[in-house]
Amino acid sequence: MDVELLEIRHHMGRFPPFDRISDELLDELASQVDVAYFKAGSDILVLDQEVHDLCYIRSGAVEVYRRGGELYNRLGEGDIFGHFSLLRNRRVRFPARAMEDTLIYFIPESVFYQLCEADAHFADFVEVERPRLESTVEQDKKQNDMMITRVRKLLTRYPLMLEASTTVQEAARQITEAQASAVLVLDAPSDTPRYTFRDSEGRAWQVTGILTDSDFRKQVVAAGRPADTPIGEVTGHRLVAVQSDESVHEAMLCMLRNNIHHLPVMHRRSPVGIVHLSDIIRYETHSSLYLVSNIFHQSSVEGLARLTPDVQEAFVRLVEEGADSRMVGSALSTIGRSLSRRLLELAEAELGPPPVPYCLMALGSMARNEQSIVTDQDNALVLSDDFDPALHDDYFLTLARRLSDGLAACGYPYCKGDIMATNPRWRQPLAVWKRYFHDWIQAPTPERLLHSSIFFDLDTVFGDNPLVEELQDLIAEQAPKHPLFLAAMARNAVNRTPPLGFFRTFVMEKDGKHNNSINLKRRGTAPMVDLIRIHALACGSRAQNSFDRLDDIDRTQLLAPGVSDRLRYALEFLSMSRIRHQMIDLQHEQVPDNNIEPENVSNTERHNLKDAFQVLSNAQKFLKFRYPMPSRSR
Amino acid sequence: MRLPRRRRPAGPSWPEFLARRAELAQDPPLAGFFAAGTMAPETPIGEVPMVALDMETTGLDERRHAIVSIGLVPFTLGRIRLAERRYWVLRPPRPLEAKSVAFHHITHSDIAHAPDLDEILDELLEALAGRLVVVHFRHIERPFLDAAVQARRGEGLLFPVIDTMSLEARWHRQSPLARFRRWIGRPPASIRLYDSRARYGLPVYSGHHALIDALATAELLQAQVATHFSLETPVGELWT
Repeated sequence: MDVELLEIRHHMGRFPPFDRISDELLDELASQVDVAYFKAGSDILVLDQEVHDLCYIRSGAVEVYRRGGELYNRLGEGDIFGHFSLLRNRRVRFPARAMEDTLIYFIPESVFYQLCEADAHFADFVEVERPRLESTVEQDKKQNDMMITRVRKLLTRYPLMLEASTTVQEAARQITEAQASAVLVLDAPSDTPRYTFRDSEGRAWQVTGILTDSDFRKQVVAAGRPADTPIGEVTGHRLVAVQSDESVHEAMLCMLRNNIHHLPVMHRRSPVGIVHLSDIIRYETHSSLYLVSNIFHQSSVEGLARLTPDVQEAFVRLVEEGADSRMVGSALSTIGRSLSRRLLELAEAELGPPPVPYCLMALGSMARNEQSIVTDQDNALVLSDDFDPALHDDYFLTLARRLSDGLAACGYPYCKGDIMATNPRWRQPLAVWKRYFHDWIQAPTPERLLHSSIFFDLDTVFGDNPLVEELQDLIAEQAPKHPLFLAAMARNAVNRTPPLGFFRTFVMEKDGKHNNSINLKRRGTAPMVDLIRIHALACGSRAQNSFDRLDDIDRTQLLAPGVSDRLRYALEFLSMSRIRHQMIDLQHEQVPDNNIEPENVSNTERHNLKDAFQVLSNAQKFLKFRYPMPSRSR
Repeated sequence: MRLPRRRRPAGPSWPEFLARRAELAQDPPLAGFFAAGTMAPETPIGEVPMVALDMETTGLDERRHAIVSIGLVPFTLGRIRLAERRYWVLRPPRPLEAKSVAFHHITHSDIAHAPDLDEILDELLEALAGRLVVVHFRHIERPFLDAAVQARRGEGLLFPVIDTMSLEARWHRQSPLARFRRWIGRPPASIRLYDSRARYGLPVYSGHHALIDALATAELLQAQVATHFSLETPVGELWT
């Protein structure tokens, strides 16, 4: 790799799909590009001209058009275009024009095909032959091993390097000045080429060792060496290093195996940074697993509330590591449940044990294990039938308030619809709950249907499980027997339609606040979850998670072959899209919401969204047909 | 600082000058370079094969300082061919002064094993032959190459260049508007390479590396022509 091209390599390595290709392919890519400048308003690709390159936007902005001349997409720094034409007949299918002064890096087709061959992820990214949605979801799944994060991601700066002849005093001064804690020791290349590299001026060096803070203590001060000792004399002879595309996990093992705290990171033979054990620990502690154990160690509401940033951090980490929507949903639900449990444990410790058995019920997304980072609290208490309001309700009201206020302090806002155990209606003995559910199923009214869609995703969080299990059984037994209930639910579920026409005219949510955006929950995941719930209720499934429900539905003849797979892909894609956009919000330090803004939607994503919305729309049509209103004869 | 302005060969046009040198040159590679000649002054710039050239030197005076690195990238107005880039670190004949070490990043030990310009001159001439050289600030590249080749081969090396800095000066130093701004006491716009690039929306590259600066110069010329000229502009209006 020529050091002089780091500039180009580094830029491309930041953007998909190049951010996941190996160092080697990235080097090859950077050394092969052609460059050209386009003034704002000038054509970059003209319809039907021959193309032999993939275009990468280094700076500026580009508009891509359809054959008929209508706008198809707007692209910015780091986006690519031209791959459709390369994969088809090498004739421009979508002409492109510079919107601003633009600098393009052209990647020759030979390199493009080489990337497609060598890197499955890259091929999937530009691939349009396979059904798009399917390949996107499949590819996200493939990326799912949590070991994917490469150690280069932890590097924040270039390593400090000094020649072996530098005195220890000078080295100490430079380390202090650089606010570093270690320095790499360089020498003239020896016979063994290990870690021999050329610097930006072409001079050859060999990294022979590393000198850390503790070496100054052990090798210099404790050993009584003078300040003018060359650092080459005090560094060890065996340098342990890792390659920059090794996983973080591998780097951690390497430190443990060798009992070292500083680990030089190499790109081939050139040093690119030093990872310290603390970098790895900081990285690891953002994992959701660590967070959950941390929740149970907190002894106050304040302590729990302080973990809110960690929840967001864990969320971002999961997404960055390629978790799918089920992993993210279940991690966030687990965190939410753990917080609720801990709050109740703390409350019980203070208020004393409960006078009668009770169970805290999770409702909605938490019960389905599909919680997102944007969520308010939905909870209810099921009490034992020994409950006597006059004697016991003070206790349970206080308990419910502790829970609700605690959750609010931890970033889960109060439920606007008042679906909380602080509301006496949702703090009732089992017999009352059973009556509620019976009434809702047998005589649906608009309000009852609304409750059904919230309460019929339910699960135990804390307390006496059997109380909630009885309710789950009741729903699974009763719902399939009531076609009127199913039909009413179905009619309700198709009220929220997906935005199908948002390509030519980006559909606006009409709430005034978010102009030019789509609410992915209201127009996507929620209607999808609703329709899956109805099929699940119809076939007597006790599953709560939408994907588990689809598995149950598959055991029946309810849906035509292949339909449930399409629903899975569409739900997965919509959920991931929503998750990704929430992550973008968090990374830009904005309050995450359920909206997607067109400027954050890539070309590929836009296509996939369209496909997913179409799947949802078709499924809604089928729902009306499958659960018709029973005729009111007699 | 003021630099001695080098007079360009009076009288003959560039094509005539190069043809004459091709006849007289004693050194075969030099003769070959001159024989490749240059395009007629009326050739549209859009059809001209070019090569962006940049050097790092130990100082600004070709009589006392030397070349330590050369970077070049062949290009046309349509494409900059990064894959055909060339880059050499050289060993200057005179010892480096400590002062110059701070000026660029090439140090004594870097050049201990580097070749002398003479060893790579034939390759360099081959890379330049038949292409119009583009530089940012011609008062470095041209006199340095001329003096260094004179010292090694006994004859000089002069050729036409497009200087992106003097093009930039046409609009930002010599235009009526620029003069008016100066007259009312406004500081003149900077015509340094990276400040000039910013005016055309070109990205920031880390400078002071001969190859990256050559690439930056090629991009700048593409931007200048796209903004102020056209593909039809005769090359004679741009070169000096």
